[in-house]
Amino acid sequence: MKRGNLARAIRAFPWSGKLGLALVLFWITIALVGRLIAPYPSGAFVSYEVFAGASGKFWFGSDFLGRDVLSRLLVGAQFTVGLSAVAVTIAVALGTGFALTAAVGPRWLDELLSRAMDTLISIPSKIFALVLVAAFGSSILLLTLIVSITYVPGNFRIARSLAVGLARLDYVEVARARGEGRPYIALVEILPNMIRPLFADIGLRFVFIVLLLSGLSFLGLGLQPPDADLGSLVRENVNGLGEGALAILVPALAIASLTVGVNLLIDAATQGKVQ
Amino acid sequence: MNPAPHVEVRNLIVTVPGPDGAPLRIVDDVSFEVARGEVLALIGESGSGKTTIALALMGYGRGGAAISGRIRVGDATLDGGGASLAAQRGRQISYVAQSAAAAFNPARRVIDQVIEPALIHRTASSGDARASAVELFRALGLPSPETIGSRYPHELSGGQLQRLMAAMALITRPDLVIFDEPTTALDVTTQVSVLQAFRRVVRQQGATGVYVSHDLAVVAQMADQILVLNRGRVREHNRTGKLLAAPADDYTQLLIAAAHPHVKAQAAVPAKPEPLLEIAGLHAGYGPIDREGRPTLPVLSDVSLTIMRGAAVGVIGESGSGKSTVARVVAGLLAPVTGTVSLAGEPLAPTVSGRTREQLRRVQIVFQNADVALNPAHSVGDILGRVLRFYHDLRGADAQRRVAELLDLIRLPAAVAERRCDELSGGQKQRVNLARALAANPDLILCDEVTSALDTVVRGAILDLLADLRRDLGVAYMFISHDIATVKALCDEIVVLYKGTTVQSGRRESYDTPPLHPYTDLLIRSVPELRPGWLADETVQAAAPFAHMPESTHLCRLLPRCPLAISGRCDAIAPPLRKTSAGHMLLCHRTEAELIG
Ligand SMILES: Nc1ncnc2c1ncn2[C@@H]1O[C@H](COP(=O)(O)OP(=O)(O)OP(=O)(O)O)[C@@H](O)[C@H]1O
Ligand code: SF4
Ligand SMILES: [Mg+2]
Repeated sequence: MKRGNLARAIRAFPWSGKLGLALVLFWITIALVGRLIAPYPSGAFVSYEVFAGASGKFWFGSDFLGRDVLSRLLVGAQFTVGLSAVAVTIAVALGTGFALTAAVGPRWLDELLSRAMDTLISIPSKIFALVLVAAFGSSILLLTLIVSITYVPGNFRIARSLAVGLARLDYVEVARARGEGRPYIALVEILPNMIRPLFADIGLRFVFIVLLLSGLSFLGLGLQPPDADLGSLVRENVNGLGEGALAILVPALAIASLTVGVNLLIDAATQGKVQ
Repeated sequence: MNPAPHVEVRNLIVTVPGPDGAPLRIVDDVSFEVARGEVLALIGESGSGKTTIALALMGYGRGGAAISGRIRVGDATLDGGGASLAAQRGRQISYVAQSAAAAFNPARRVIDQVIEPALIHRTASSGDARASAVELFRALGLPSPETIGSRYPHELSGGQLQRLMAAMALITRPDLVIFDEPTTALDVTTQVSVLQAFRRVVRQQGATGVYVSHDLAVVAQMADQILVLNRGRVREHNRTGKLLAAPADDYTQLLIAAAHPHVKAQAAVPAKPEPLLEIAGLHAGYGPIDREGRPTLPVLSDVSLTIMRGAAVGVIGESGSGKSTVARVVAGLLAPVTGTVSLAGEPLAPTVSGRTREQLRRVQIVFQNADVALNPAHSVGDILGRVLRFYHDLRGADAQRRVAELLDLIRLPAAVAERRCDELSGGQKQRVNLARALAANPDLILCDEVTSALDTVVRGAILDLLADLRRDLGVAYMFISHDIATVKALCDEIVVLYKGTTVQSGRRESYDTPPLHPYTDLLIRSVPELRPGWLADETVQAAAPFAHMPESTHLCRLLPRCPLAISGRCDAIAPPLRKTSAGHMLLCHRTEAELIG
């Protein structure tokens, strides 16, 4: 029954939504199996020519050190999609968790959380990252944490306004009058009614995180060589820009298609559900 | 000489995909026209297609409805011009819906929401819109019109929200206003003033109106012509006076008969002479408590009442009188400032957190608005199952069996358990809402306006159900309503609240004859009568001699509205509580003899 609904909803998408869905599914697949289907090890120097064009051997040519662009892209996509997914999960879990606590908790706790989030949101994300990386050195763990924490307050704001609105509805009052505890009220009565609008937010934050991670990598603060995400691929091949090398165009296109795809999908999914 | 009518509908047919896929006509060949400045009423029971027609006027079909026929509003026609109609809606056509509570965003101040249409359609600047909103608040009789806008929706009563919603619809000075049961959820004294306000504002603005209702008596006051609908077909269409005086169609005759509900004779249910709930000296309100121990917004002052085991006690009063507040205090959702609430002799803690689960189980609350009282994310089975698990630790097959029993008790098929609440009709939702309370096996159910949002036929069925449940299960009710006829149908005893004080209490029969408290009298006289001029007559009701006096908490709260106020007494000292010879209590300076006279 649920499945049928989903299929029907997808069929009702406009073409842009279907394109978005296809792009998202494509990138999820790449993230899952990319490492397995990469023709060469991602760090191996396989070509004598740098910034080579497309050929039967190297579909997307070679990079500034003569490595296979396709292989690096397949592995890099896994970092980008995987890290972003983990980071968005942490950000939303924390943001929405705090929001629910604020909505069902005592007023002072709500005030405290809201003020703390306001403070956090006022710190520019790149500078925040810069300071932390300078202090602790770049690592995947730190990177994930930085990126997640950056997006907690934004999610908190949206989730809190949703939750506070829902917490005043009669069905929540009924649950309160029954003697239900706060966790039950937050998780069973309120949370399920926030899911749809939250999904839109999750999608958007995912896009922001992909862009932030790529941006950080481009600045050299992100993943450190030999690991590389899509952003690092763009950065390390930046010298190829003048000759229009595939090594820089392909990862840039990859970032674009991933973020555009997620956006199109969110638009379609949230619009169809207004009524 | 006849200019073209302002609104013209020809052969309107609305079809929706039926359950078996075959198209289903929910509106079948309806035609009418409305001249500029006139009001047409669409009347019929729930499901008769009233709202569908109203929505079609705005070029809007719900859930894949296909509209055919010709609809013209002003210069815009629907055939081929659907887009232009859509652009008009909200500016030249506006809509006042039944459930104002659901139409407001709980997290924004009401004034911002009221002026939003004017800003969206750019008919006024923000400052002007605010000014005209305040004008409308005043015209609509809202208290403190300058400041009421800065409140949040949950700080306002149902009647206040309904009027705010009308203000939202009228702020753009629309040509056509569609009222969809706008007073169904209001109490009578409010309804009278809201109806008067609507009529005045509609006349002032020269707007054309389409008024959707199931209540003939209300429609008789508002409309120039009436169209009676049944199952999507026109049964009768005539000028208001003619239709009421000489109904031609047998369905119209039925409706006219139902307008005066004959309460089904009930076997009296003996209440056991053992007090179940005792409320004594209750003071309560909202907002922070000041140094003298009074809340910023005091609502209840010195309310006392007792409910015997198995009894049904009605609480009536107008919107904002604090009826729901009483229920909220009893349920432990709001801590009283002073006063005690005890259940079967045991004093109850002020809030839920201090009460035992057993105490909580014994008192259940059912809210007014079933649309927001049931969580749309859960199925009926989950909702009932949770209560069973919470209070009775019933799980699995036992719980399922009990859910089926409960559904049977409220006369819904067991298959409803699988359904989500947003798939149910209004009457069904209200039954589920009741079943959730019953699932706890309570001794007392606090019913807060459980029938107010329902139409006459469904309301009758729910009242019958409540009466049967009481007889079979021995459950007691605190039945809150603004409708004295409904309360009389169900309750043995009635308490009348005015601005948070009890002005009269006593057995049901004592409300049939004088002496009545002046406010009770007003309540009873506010029930609309089935004749066109009634609303106009009602405005010439005796003037109150102290209408200029501000309301004071130390004097009778009714003073500014009371036609019987005595100079030198009512405006000087608080009224005494009198016991009449018939055994009921009145809070008034007037003696029994004076009130009869
Ligand atoms: N949470 C709240 N905060 C502040 N004021 C409130 C709150 N809830 C209700 N009020 C105010 O308290 C007064 C009494 O409200 P209450 O809901 O008890 O009235 P009511 O008699 O049930 O009215 P109605 O018939 O319209 O439901 C009203 O003036 C209302 O505006
Ligand atoms: S006490 Fe006076 S003002 Fe109050 S209801 Fe009685 S007569 Fe009217
Ligand atoms: Mg109420």
